[in-house]
Amino acid sequence: MFKKTQKPPTPEEVRDYLVDKFPTKIARKRAKQIVVNSCEDDGSVPEILSNTRTTPGVITQRGCSYAGCKGVILGPVRDILTITHGPIGCGFYSWLTRRNQTLPDSPESPNYMTYALSTDMQESDIVFGGEKKLKEAVREAYGLFQPKAIAICSTCPVGLIGDDVHAVARDMKAELGINVFAFSCEGYKGVSQSAGHHIANNGIFAHVVGTKEEGVPGKFRINMLGEYNIGGDAFEIERLLKACGITLVASFSGNADYDQFASAHTADLNCIMCHRSINYVAEMMETKYGIPWIKVNFIGAEASAKSLRKIAQYFDDPDLKALVEKVIASEMPEVERVAADIAARTTGKTAMLFVGGSRAHHYQELFKEIGMKTLAAGYEFGHRDDYEGRVVLPSLKPDADSRNIEELDVHPDPEKFSPRKSDEEIKKLIAEGLSLHDYEGMMKDMEENTLTIDDISHHETEKLIELWRPDVFCAGIKEKYVVQKSGVPLKQLHSYDYGGPYAGFKGAINFYRDIDRMTSTRIWRHIKAPWQVNPEITAEFAAA
Amino acid sequence: MLLRHTNPEITERQALSVNPAKTCQPIGAMYAALGVRNCFPHSHGSQGCCAYHRSTLTRHYKEPVMAGTSSFTEGASVFGGGANLTQAIQNIFALYEPEVIAVHTTCLSETIGDDVPSFVHQATEKGFVPAGKRVIHANTPSYVGSHVTGFANMTKALVDYFAKKSGTPNGKVNVVPGFVEPADMAEIKRLSAAVGADVILFPDTSGVLNAPLTGHHRMFPEGGVTTAQLASTGDSLATLALGYEASKPAAEALDSKCKVPSRILDLPIGLLATDRFIDALRQVAGVEVPDAVTVERGQLIDVIADMEQYLHGKKVALSGDPDQLVALTEFCVTLGMIPVHVVTGTPGKAFERRIEEIVSETGHSVNVKAGGDMYYFHQLIKNERVDLIIGNTYCKYIARDEDIPLIRHGFPLMDRIGHILFPTVGYRGAMRLVEKMLDAILDRKDRDSPEESFELVM
Repeated sequence: MFKKTQKPPTPEEVRDYLVDKFPTKIARKRAKQIVVNSCEDDGSVPEILSNTRTTPGVITQRGCSYAGCKGVILGPVRDILTITHGPIGCGFYSWLTRRNQTLPDSPESPNYMTYALSTDMQESDIVFGGEKKLKEAVREAYGLFQPKAIAICSTCPVGLIGDDVHAVARDMKAELGINVFAFSCEGYKGVSQSAGHHIANNGIFAHVVGTKEEGVPGKFRINMLGEYNIGGDAFEIERLLKACGITLVASFSGNADYDQFASAHTADLNCIMCHRSINYVAEMMETKYGIPWIKVNFIGAEASAKSLRKIAQYFDDPDLKALVEKVIASEMPEVERVAADIAARTTGKTAMLFVGGSRAHHYQELFKEIGMKTLAAGYEFGHRDDYEGRVVLPSLKPDADSRNIEELDVHPDPEKFSPRKSDEEIKKLIAEGLSLHDYEGMMKDMEENTLTIDDISHHETEKLIELWRPDVFCAGIKEKYVVQKSGVPLKQLHSYDYGGPYAGFKGAINFYRDIDRMTSTRIWRHIKAPWQVNPEITAEFAAA
Repeated sequence: MLLRHTNPEITERQALSVNPAKTCQPIGAMYAALGVRNCFPHSHGSQGCCAYHRSTLTRHYKEPVMAGTSSFTEGASVFGGGANLTQAIQNIFALYEPEVIAVHTTCLSETIGDDVPSFVHQATEKGFVPAGKRVIHANTPSYVGSHVTGFANMTKALVDYFAKKSGTPNGKVNVVPGFVEPADMAEIKRLSAAVGADVILFPDTSGVLNAPLTGHHRMFPEGGVTTAQLASTGDSLATLALGYEASKPAAEALDSKCKVPSRILDLPIGLLATDRFIDALRQVAGVEVPDAVTVERGQLIDVIADMEQYLHGKKVALSGDPDQLVALTEFCVTLGMIPVHVVTGTPGKAFERRIEEIVSETGHSVNVKAGGDMYYFHQLIKNERVDLIIGNTYCKYIARDEDIPLIRHGFPLMDRIGHILFPTVGYRGAMRLVEKMLDAILDRKDRDSPEESFELVM
């Protein structure tokens, strides 16, 4: 234990202290997943071990493949009716629990978000197989809702007993005449929810994308990938795009509907928000349809401005560039005014962020804008490229767990492939500084002597707070009250504590205000009772 | 209309559940295990289950919910989870130092047939279970019963693993409180103490899932039944099991293991069920009910007599767990209300008969269903409107669409606070329930009254 009188522990000392209590073998592995940030002269960053199995018994933030597939990717799509094939729990827990806000075109438009459908498998289904029941469930679901598409998500026991959900989907597609497709997203697949994202994206790509000829018309047409509309983020991004004259063809998958996916191949640019959950979709769409991609970030005012400029630069149109500048110029003054006011109180304060895909990276922008420093950050289900940048991709070797996730063999579509930019145009854009097809990862953006920690465990969280006591800790619902019991406020960065939006310019203002409140809220000063602060007895009244 | 696709026309469904009125066994087992002091719940399966259960319990209790998982990957699913559990046991004892690890299975480990006791035996042989520490287990396949069944199974496991008959009577009464809130468990203890009965309450999540904020997180808060108390349950005078579904299996196990006679009672929600609990306690503990408790009862009677006119004849729809619904339905009848729709997701025909019997006193029939879902519940409400809905958080969609007042009660309640702090059991809890019902109904009356008849006084 470090005493208060000592110098503050160095990041290396902190790392050793975090893993100290683990059994030797685990400690050795964990040490490779905790990296002291430092950028080498050649721009490279240290290697971090990630996307490896969670250690049994060690309290983890992670969920499962089903959660990634049903909850994250399919959850925000309002008009694909999703049936969870399995016992009741999985369907129940993924029912409306990710704040999937959506805005249907009209009050009559389909919206199935408030419905949780399940085959509620019973013991006899496990023993005799659940295919028959699943078929009947699909029929009943169609009878009740008449959707244009039905998705089936598998849970753990379905994979074990060998129900062929894909065959059921094929049969029901033929019988009902609507699109029915299935996902083998059993919870045990892969090492985290990341596997489920991959399975979901592959399924949507294989069964839906490219099935509708026409998308919405527009001059500058993009898809937004990896934006899930938590707290209305997508609404704010859509507002900005519209103001700039940029047309959103499809959003994967915040505030999304089936037709958007089906016509996504008609867009001219893919913009990736959450790199981890969806980067492969951008790659596949480029190969199959010829759509280039860029990494964007709409978390943070500066980041939002930069992302809009990137899109304008890609389309290389003077009117678009001018309009984007006009929008930024109209949004920024209010952001700067609020930031300056708040920074007076937040500058020098510290944060830690441990959440899913890209949020632990993106939200550092918002903290920077109000003068706060991120001491430590990490992903719940990140892979090395999320931390170190895509340069490491060629050197990544698949292991047994990642091999279980199907990789689609994608080729140029004989009819629909058309390169949006010629090789020369691409070269020119890159020469002009547009970072196409690239993501540098989180570690390069972090200050020296901070820590990047992959798949942080509860034990490490407690120790980290004890040593470096941040002013705000960002994580999820499972961590929230643990951290707050220690007297440190926790901001949920998955569900935003029912706040938000935090994207774009208006979102930045919301976030500054929430962090200002959280780091100055009075209640934390009153944790100790007066008699705990000054326990000595004065005997003043006793004597009287 | 957020549930705009709900069709009032009821068609029978064989295979599809829409908007469940239950969830799965392991979450109930996890909750029960948290009611033992220094006990660490562990989920033997893939890690999503544990994440989902911790998230849901955390959202409901707004408290830390600590638990481990065996983190199955595909390999473990094929070759069995023995190695994962062994490793988990080592890590849990090394990192968190619990006194007990309470393992529950999931549909994954159940389907592959993992034999948890033999894994634990092997881990013990290898020296991975430190001296004086215990690893207990309950089988909780998610494709049987519901979260209530899981609670019952883990509670029974506490008896199977800990209860002992030493031969020296301890003069105490065991109380199995059922799947209720931490505040309810505290209130049952307070009432028992007020009656003068010395009780061992198990499981007991009071003090665990409504712990104070101290500036220091404790993995194992002060609350919970101790293992010494659990051992001592075998020497008790009797067991009162509150709730047939959640508490009966533990009471019966204790009877057959240690010959502790048991009585199965309803959850003490409302006037009559509390009366029966206090009376049973009086009889088995051999004490006299003190005036203080009779005064509380009298206050409740007074409130009901004063307020009955606003409740009488009001139609109510209830959804939730069977033990809760039995007591709540009876209380509604006591108040002169008419329960018209009662739906639980937990299967069990006895429940339906019991509800029918309770409601028959009103002279009205009731739409009751065990193993139903909230889509059906909503359809029933569309077909016959009610004045009040009582149910969990998810009922808010029905309440909004149909513009009917809602009282939140049951599990999970993710969008309000209070349930972990303010009990609904006992006479005081009944007073709180009456207050909530009146608020809902009178707020609605105030909202709907035309200006000329908008009243200031009662």
